[in-house]
Formats: sequence, structure tokens, C-alpha cells
Amino acid sequence: MAANSHANTDKPAEKGSIFNDPKVRGIVYQVALVSGLAYLVWSIIQNAARNLEKQNIASGFGFMDGTAGFAPNQSLIDVSAASTYGEIFIAGLLNTLLMAVIGIIFATIVGFIMGIARLSNNWVVSKIATVYIEIVRNIPLLLQIFFWYFAVLRALPHPKQSHVFLSEFYLNNRGFFMPKPIFGEGSELIGYALVAAIVGIFALINWAKKRQMETGKRFPVLWTSLALLFGLPLVAYFLSGMPVTFDHPVKTKFSLKGGMRVIPEFVGLLLALTIYTGAFIAEIVRAGILAVSHGQTEAAHALGLRNGPTLRLVIIPQAMRVIIPPLTSQYLNLTKNSSLAVAIAYPDIVSAGGTILNQTGQAIEVIGIWMIVYLSISLLISLFMNWYNRSIAMVER
Amino acid sequence: MSDKSIAYVRTEMAPELPAPDNTHGPVAWMTHNLFSSIPHTILTLLGIYIIYQLSWPLLKFSFYDVAWTGEGREACAGKTGACWAYVRAYFSQFVYGRYPVAEYWRVDIVFAVGALGLIPALIPSVPYKRFNILFMLIAYPVMTFILLSGGNLSFEDYLVEYSILFVVIVAIGVAIAVATKSNPKPVVLTLGGIGIAIALILGIMSYDFGLTHVETDKWGGFLVTLVIAVTGIAASLPLGIALALGRRSNMPIIRLVSVIFIEFWRGVPLITVLFMSSVVLPLFLPEGVTFDKLLRALIGVALFSAAYMAEVVRGGLQAIPKGQYEGASALGLTFWQSTGLIIMPQALKLVIPGIVNTFIGLFKDTTLVLIIGLFDLLGQVQFSFTDAKWSTPNTSHTGYLFAAIVFWIFCFGMSRYSIFMENRLHTGHKR
Repeated sequence: MAANSHANTDKPAEKGSIFNDPKVRGIVYQVALVSGLAYLVWSIIQNAARNLEKQNIASGFGFMDGTAGFAPNQSLIDVSAASTYGEIFIAGLLNTLLMAVIGIIFATIVGFIMGIARLSNNWVVSKIATVYIEIVRNIPLLLQIFFWYFAVLRALPHPKQSHVFLSEFYLNNRGFFMPKPIFGEGSELIGYALVAAIVGIFALINWAKKRQMETGKRFPVLWTSLALLFGLPLVAYFLSGMPVTFDHPVKTKFSLKGGMRVIPEFVGLLLALTIYTGAFIAEIVRAGILAVSHGQTEAAHALGLRNGPTLRLVIIPQAMRVIIPPLTSQYLNLTKNSSLAVAIAYPDIVSAGGTILNQTGQAIEVIGIWMIVYLSISLLISLFMNWYNRSIAMVER
Repeated sequence: MSDKSIAYVRTEMAPELPAPDNTHGPVAWMTHNLFSSIPHTILTLLGIYIIYQLSWPLLKFSFYDVAWTGEGREACAGKTGACWAYVRAYFSQFVYGRYPVAEYWRVDIVFAVGALGLIPALIPSVPYKRFNILFMLIAYPVMTFILLSGGNLSFEDYLVEYSILFVVIVAIGVAIAVATKSNPKPVVLTLGGIGIAIALILGIMSYDFGLTHVETDKWGGFLVTLVIAVTGIAASLPLGIALALGRRSNMPIIRLVSVIFIEFWRGVPLITVLFMSSVVLPLFLPEGVTFDKLLRALIGVALFSAAYMAEVVRGGLQAIPKGQYEGASALGLTFWQSTGLIIMPQALKLVIPGIVNTFIGLFKDTTLVLIIGLFDLLGQVQFSFTDAKWSTPNTSHTGYLFAAIVFWIFCFGMSRYSIFMENRLHTGHKR
């Protein structure tokens, strides 16, 4: 033994090949990757510069100040054909966000109802939910958008033969018409009342929680909140002398005049996104509820909770922990899928950008803007949902 | 024990309860599942009403007062039901697009061989899986390419350059082997084998089989849907596995590049990717190099789905306990051996549902190519509505119904298959 070790120190063991050293190999691989990527990027820039020069396209964002010459048929900001490309882009972005927010709200409602319905003891209800989910999930979204837009909404009757609901709401092939509220003088008070109600609700929730912790007494938070939310603005409305009037849609010879018009592209896209994403959310909700072990239900029943409170106080808070991460990705999917608006010309950012791309030929810039916008939206939604996820995560030792 | 009577102990018999209701038979089933309480009864009746409201018009539209045969819109005008005659008339367009009629047999062979190769690959009990899968992964794509496009790519012009490159690569391999004092024979055999195989494939692609060349802009309908979906699936799995391994690598730059790549593609909608591949990609290429439109879309779809696949595979890799890695190292396996033999088989098995879900999503997303002007099945259906010959109020409904049924059958079939495989492979984790 001693001789051996002596021999080892005397003549160092033959060193392995440096190619077998994982450290060296790692460095070689990474250097190769970086140089390959650098070459790729360099050649792309070279080629793009040459090709753009040949096509006489000036790169850069100078084109954003040019006059667009077209205006989207729906916009949250004031745009016209005299607006700049930049303003059209912002209008498109706002339309995307509008669709995303409303779509997420509706899809969540549909998804939760259908997910819980699929677990219902009622055979008919659970089968309806199952069939809905299995049909909708397996048909391409674009096909559904086309169906709702071309086959349903565009096939509606002309404004003269509109479908009328509650004698104030009209549905026809020009869109969905409803009375438009006009806020007269003094209506700021209603806004203040709404803000006050929301602040009050948060205070109430805190107070009720504290009281329940101390005394164990529960307070009907939901009903009080709803009363506050609707009651305070209503009181303000009467106090300020009923300043809100409605602009009613009126049938004229060819069309409907006045009121608020929701364009059919919006309705079609919203319907398709809601129904499609709702089916996915339903499956997520079902999986989340099934992930809570049945022992929790039994324990809650043993404590004397009825079905409703069991679901609300025991099952759903635990299921939410399983539901939130996949729900986040569904929200992201919905936002990204709203870009399919381009197929039916709902003026979202992709659709507006596509027109700008055709007019100016600034392909790299337009697509760059799209990608930056969608990446930022994705990042924001992820951040928000991660924060929410942390706030409901299980608190362990 | 005291004699005091205990309050909660009965002193007299409890009244007899009535016999329990039936628990078997249709009546019991109905009272249990449909009419167990008043709210449930209301829900049941409401549900039946909804089913009636939705399914009856659909059934009526599909089967009542429909035109099964006919030569033009006269056959369907005035009918309240579906215009199936239009689907019949357009069927070959829906399947082949504008592919020349005289060459339909080529597409038919591709479909038939694909089905014949795929079915035994999907049935677990059929033997020779390895040959089957090798055939589907190597021979079948080459065959499909030659049959569909006509082959005859004239790669032979590059024979000299290829040979030089080949010799140089083998020489470098031998040089490394000699420098590290190891046996150069396996290096030569591996590199030579790969080089000759690639040369053989390119040679077959360049051989003139006498097939007429069919431009890809003539391809359409279900053919394009399948080509995009299958290529996307075949390309995204290996790319996704590579990216997932890259994301879990110890090498910081490789990890960073993988993360950026994955998060970038996952953060943007597919439609912008397709726009990019159709509008921007040509700008990035050197002068004179042109890409086929279909090929550009394929590249976009493959990269996009590879990012999603990478995240699915990463989920599987994360679920493998550390002991498996350590065990593999303890046995003296190299990284690739332990990944290929120990880690990946377990990880992929765990995420089969996720992989199939990605496939289903990819299959549905193929419809988006119609926005950049390729005619997949939905694109052909949508395009057919412009034909005045068949313009009736029910044509578009019929077309969408047909397309929906086709897509549904494929996607639903895939999801059922994934459930079947999941149950089959669910060994050892089941309690």
C-alpha cells in the first residue's frame, strides 16, 4: 500500500484526455453555441439590411408618425383616418386588452360553472357539461370564430328586422345595439359614490374578518357588499337629481340610430373565445376539485357544514391552489388567441398592424411591436397570477 | 358507575323506520340521479330543455330536408337542411386542394402507407415496433416528400462539395481520436455511416422517378393540414427534448439560450410567428435563396410547438427523483446513456398526456395557416363559400359542420388514445 502511494506521488498518474473533462467540454460547447448564434445574428442583420435597401424601405420607427388613412371601426380612443400609425397601434392595443379582459371574465364564469356542473350528482347536468367540454375542446378555435361570425352573426337579419330584447336591445347583422348612458352635469357624484363603495367594501371585509377571528361571529359580507356597491351609487344618482339619461337606439329607415353599438366582430370573437377557453377552464376546475381528497368533504360534513359552505369554505380554497397555475396559462392563451381577430377583421393590434404592414412594408418593425406587446402582456399576467398564487398558497411551518 | 339515569340513553324502543327505497333499477336510478330534490328536479328539467333546444335543430339541420345529391345550388335552394351535395361536390378539393387530379394517386398512397405504418405503431401488442418506428421516421418522410412534390431535387450538383465536407469531418474525427490516443475505428464508422446515409437520402430525393413536379401552392385541403401537423409533431418532439435538456443543463450559456428561446416562443401568439415566417424570414435570407411558402410556415410551426413541447418534457424531467440520476452515474453511465436509457423513458412516460395535448393543440393550430394564405382544410372550406355555384343560405353552415366533424374526430381520437396509453403505462405509480 505504502509503496503504491509512494509510486503515485512519485510519478503522477497518466492524465485523461482533456476531451473527457466535462468542464472543458462544457466550455467548448458553449463557445461553439455562442459563436454559431453570433454568426447567425450577424448574417441575418447583414441580409436584412441589404434586402431592405433593395426594396427601398427605411428601417426604424419613423413611419409611426405617418398618416394612416384608415381608422378602425371600434376604438376606445378618438381616432380617425387622419390619425397617425402610432395612434392606430394604440387603439389596436386597447382593443386587444379590452377583448382579453372581458374574455377572461366571461371564460372564468363559464369555466367554473361548467367545471362544477361536470361533477354534479345530477346526471343530466354533468352529461351536458361533459358533452360541451369534449365537443368544444376538440374543434379549432378559428373554425369556431368563423362559425360565430360568418354563420351566426353575419346571417342575422338586417337592422329593419332586428331581434329585439326587452324592447331596448337590438341584435342584427350590424351588431348589438343597446341604450347608451349619457352622464349629465353632477354625475361625478355617482363616480365618487362608486369609489367610496369599493373602499367601504374592503374596509368591511377587513373588519368582518377581524371580528370573526375575535368573536367567531360571521357577518354577511357578500350581501352587504352588493348592497353597498349598487346602493351608494343609486343614492348618489337620486341625490344629484338623476343626471344620467339614456340615448336609446331608434329604428330608422335603413339602420338603427343612436345608442351604443357593439360591432359583430367583437361579439363573434368574444363568444368564440369565451366558449373555447371556458371548456379548458372547466377541465382545470374539475381537476382542481377532484384533487382535494374526499376526506376533506367528509370532515366538513362531520363538522356540520352543509354542501354549500363545504364547497365554499373547504373545497374551493384548497382547489384554488391546484387551479391557479394552469388557469394562468389559460388566461395567457386567451390573450394570445385574441390575435385571431385578424381573421374576422376585429381591429385588434394584429389586425391593425397587419393593415399598417401592408401599407408601409415595415414588416420587421410591426412584427417586433406585436411580439414586444404580447411578451409584455404575458409577463404582466404571469406576475399578477404569481402574486395571487403566493397569496393563497399553503402556509406551512 | 352510578345508578343515575343517563340522559342520552333511550328508555323505550325507537319507532321503526320505513324500509329503504329501492337502490337498484331504473326508478331508483332516476330518483337518485335526476330527481333527488326539488332544485335537482328543476335542474334536470332545465337541462333536458337545453338539450332539446340545442340538439334538435342540429339533428334537423343534418338530416331533415337535406340535399344529398345535386349538381348546383338548385339542389339545395329552398331546403331547410344541410346542403350535403355541396360537400360531395367539393370533397376532393377539401382533401387534395388544387393538387392535379391525375396525380391524386400519389396523395392516396401517402395517406394509405401512413395509416398502414401508424396503426401497428399505435397498437402496443404488435411486434417489430423498432422497425415500424424507424420506417415511419426515416423512410416514410422521404417517400412522402418524393411522392407529393415529385422529388428530382438535383442535389447531385453539390456532390463534390458534399464529398469534401464529408472527408473533412471524418478527418477531424480521426485527428481528435488520434490526439486523444483512442481507437479511431468507431469514429470513422459512425461518421461514415451517418454521412453515407444522408448522401443516400439526398440521392434518392434527387433521383428522377418520372413524377411530375407539383408546386406546394397547389397542395391544399386536408393534405396540407396533415403535412403541417405531422411535420410539426415530428420536428417538435426531438427539438423540445433538446430544449428541455438545455434548460436543465449545468452550462449557463446553454441554459440561458434555451430559456430565452422557450419563453420567447411561448409568449407570442402563433399568428405573429406565422406572419414573421411569411413576411420577415425572406428578408433574413441571403439574396437568391428563396424558401417555399409552405416550408416557411412549417419552420414557424415547428419552432413554436417545440417550445411548448420543451416545457412539457421539462415537467417530466423535474418529476424524476434525484436518485435515478445518481443511480445512473453510480453505474458509470455517461450523460447521454443515462439520459437515453434511464431518465427520458421515465420522464416521457410521465408526460404522455401533456405531449398528446400539445399534439392536439398543434393539430388545431394548423388552421391558422389560412391567415397567411395557405389553404388547409378550413381554408379550402372557407374558400369554397365564394363559389356562386353553390351559394345558398345553408352552404356555410354545412361547410363548417363538415370541417368541425373532421377536426373533432381527429382531436377526440388523439385524446382517447392518450387516455388509453396513460392507463397502460400507469404502472408502479398506482396505489
